[in-house]
Amino acid sequence: MSDYSVSARDLSKKFGHGHHAVQAVDGVSFDVKKGELFGLIGPDGAGKTTLFRLLTSLMIPDSGTAVVEGFDTVKDYRQIRRIIGYMPGRFSLYQDLSVEENLKFFATLFGSTVAKSYDSIKPIYRYLEPFKKRMAGKLSGGMKQKLALCCALVHAPKVLFLDEPTTGVDPVSRKEFWEMLGTLQEQGISIVASTPYMNEAVRCHRIAFVQNGKVSECDTPENIRRRFPHAILAVKSRDTFTLLQDLRKFPGAHSCYSFGNYQHLYLHSGGGAGDAADRLRAYLEDKGHHDISIQPMEASIEDCFMLRMSKEGGRYGDV
Amino acid sequence: MGRKVLKYLLEKEFKQNLRNPIMLPLIIVLPLIQLVVLPFAATYEIRNVEMVIVDNDHSAFSRDLEQKIASSGYFRTRYHAPTYQEALSYIEKGDAAVVLEIPQHFENDLGDGRSAQVFLSVDAVDGTQASIVEAYLNGVIQDYAARTLREEALQSQVEVRNRKLPSRIQATAQMRFNPFLDYQTYMVPGILAMLLTLVGGILAALNISGERELGTLEQINVSPVRKSDYLLGKLIPFWIMGLLITLIGLGIAWLLYGLTPRGSLPTLLLFATIYNIGFTGFGLFLSSVSKSQQQAMFVAFFFLLIFFLMGGLFTPVSSMPHWAQYIVYLNPTWYLIDAMRLIILKGSGFAQLLDQFYAILSFAVFFNFLALITFRKTAK
Ligand SMILES: Nc1ncnc2c1ncn2[C@@H]1O[C@H](COP(=O)(O)OP(=O)(O)O)[C@@H](O)[C@H]1O
Ligand SMILES: [Mg+2]
Repeated sequence: MSDYSVSARDLSKKFGHGHHAVQAVDGVSFDVKKGELFGLIGPDGAGKTTLFRLLTSLMIPDSGTAVVEGFDTVKDYRQIRRIIGYMPGRFSLYQDLSVEENLKFFATLFGSTVAKSYDSIKPIYRYLEPFKKRMAGKLSGGMKQKLALCCALVHAPKVLFLDEPTTGVDPVSRKEFWEMLGTLQEQGISIVASTPYMNEAVRCHRIAFVQNGKVSECDTPENIRRRFPHAILAVKSRDTFTLLQDLRKFPGAHSCYSFGNYQHLYLHSGGGAGDAADRLRAYLEDKGHHDISIQPMEASIEDCFMLRMSKEGGRYGDV
Repeated sequence: MGRKVLKYLLEKEFKQNLRNPIMLPLIIVLPLIQLVVLPFAATYEIRNVEMVIVDNDHSAFSRDLEQKIASSGYFRTRYHAPTYQEALSYIEKGDAAVVLEIPQHFENDLGDGRSAQVFLSVDAVDGTQASIVEAYLNGVIQDYAARTLREEALQSQVEVRNRKLPSRIQATAQMRFNPFLDYQTYMVPGILAMLLTLVGGILAALNISGERELGTLEQINVSPVRKSDYLLGKLIPFWIMGLLITLIGLGIAWLLYGLTPRGSLPTLLLFATIYNIGFTGFGLFLSSVSKSQQQAMFVAFFFLLIFFLMGGLFTPVSSMPHWAQYIVYLNPTWYLIDAMRLIILKGSGFAQLLDQFYAILSFAVFFNFLALITFRKTAK
């Protein structure tokens, strides 16, 4: 048996025909190691959900293969359905069943019982236990998310697929959730999770960017950041709008993107950042900017992602 | 494993249905309202219909018949006219609604053991009303014929022929069986059929498409559960609900109208069951091919409307245009309404209802088969 929990090779899936055809997944290959927490990072419409459907045997690919724990997703879908847990995009729970009943239902579906899998769900279920008689529809967003995770775990799966598990959940719950995933991963479960939030990428062992149905750069967040090819200057001034325009015209600028109050200026290689900072200050003062702040900085995952997007010409391109 | 899963699938469906705040009102209030309101909304009860008689025979028999009709309470002989033409003038003035013409040789024909004819023309605003007047009059005449002819030991019969009114709506429809001559009871079996259609078709159509919208369907699809178990888990609760609603409906009909089925209750429930399973299959099929609950709902309503309108509930089939009558033969609702009327009002046994039975059975098999093959756990 291989060391990989999930292997995708040249997976492709197209929807519709002719002019309206959408290549939702386009020749995707990647591997998830056993016991790894793997992140798929990409914006809305990138193809994450479709990719999950292909990997969980819910959809048959047009071409390519995917293997989960040694089972082919098309041929051996029966075996796969016993060993995976899936948490679809919007947490799918029965609003009119209680916490307990939802759990029992999903356990029974997979031929298990809550008692049998109590140990594996305990780290999460302990948050929910005080509310076990409450209807799922009456839980807070964070609680629903935890219940959905419990339901996906209740048959002790080997691999867990989580499609945007933190979307629409408050920041505290999001943090808690990633901590819980860490606990699960320590128990030996392989986890594939998608998210549109780039700041969550650092929580994963390895990540892949998904854009326009393609997957790129499977690596640790650390390595990806280290490979960022440009020096970065974070720039702020009073007039944010003209600042972006002016920065893009700066000689030596490769590209520039907004990150909250700051503009991140990516410089062409060659020439130190410190030297460039001085030239930039003079350039901006010349353009009539006030209260200028310029700081060299390390590349973040967001920077890597932005650059990636612009190369692909995605919709997040030149803002 | 299969049985245990099915058991819990059912447990879950029942919990959800019982918790659904509209479910109980739906099962009790819906039949109540339908059974109270609809028959009255469509009251066609016949009292003292003004009649013109054209007696060409002037015999003892013809006078006897007139007497009988007059004493029935449904009709009042307002005028006697010497000719049909003159009788028509009363109708044109709006003084009478029905012309009954007794031809010459009426008595002779009956005496000789031949069948005698009477001609009937009904002025009716709509086909349904006309058919009811006809049914009433037919009932009275047949009653007369049965008794009088038996007394006289004659082997004849009286045939009621419809005659077209010039440039008026022609009434050709005949009510088949309504021995009570009472429109309310006539409506009841049809309403029961309608309720069964609603429970099966609409609720089932909403159900799976609802799970798809909620996202729970994906969870189920990704589980090892067999799709036949899953579909059975959906079918059985609707079937039980259908039986409940039928029994409640019958109870209400008994309380309100003192109506009890003349035929056997098991036969009636058998028809209700198969029909209900058929429509649940139809609903499940619709919901597994539609993208959203809304879409499933619209399509279900579209078909149910057609099934109702072409089911003979409000408009007798024989007064529909010709092309429409062919469609009726493909309409499961028509077969059920027909069977329900025959069982409840006429007391027909299973042996007399084989046509309806096979039609409904084929429909049930067809749609459940469709549901089974269109419901996919894996998308292509
Ligand atoms: N069932 C479907 N039919 C048609 N198009 C689809 C379907 N599912 C997804 N798509 C399209 O495929 C693309 C990728 O969608 P999706 O996988 O949902 O992306 P994500 O989950 O990253 O937002 C989108 O353009 C979407 O509109
Ligand atoms: Mg998605």
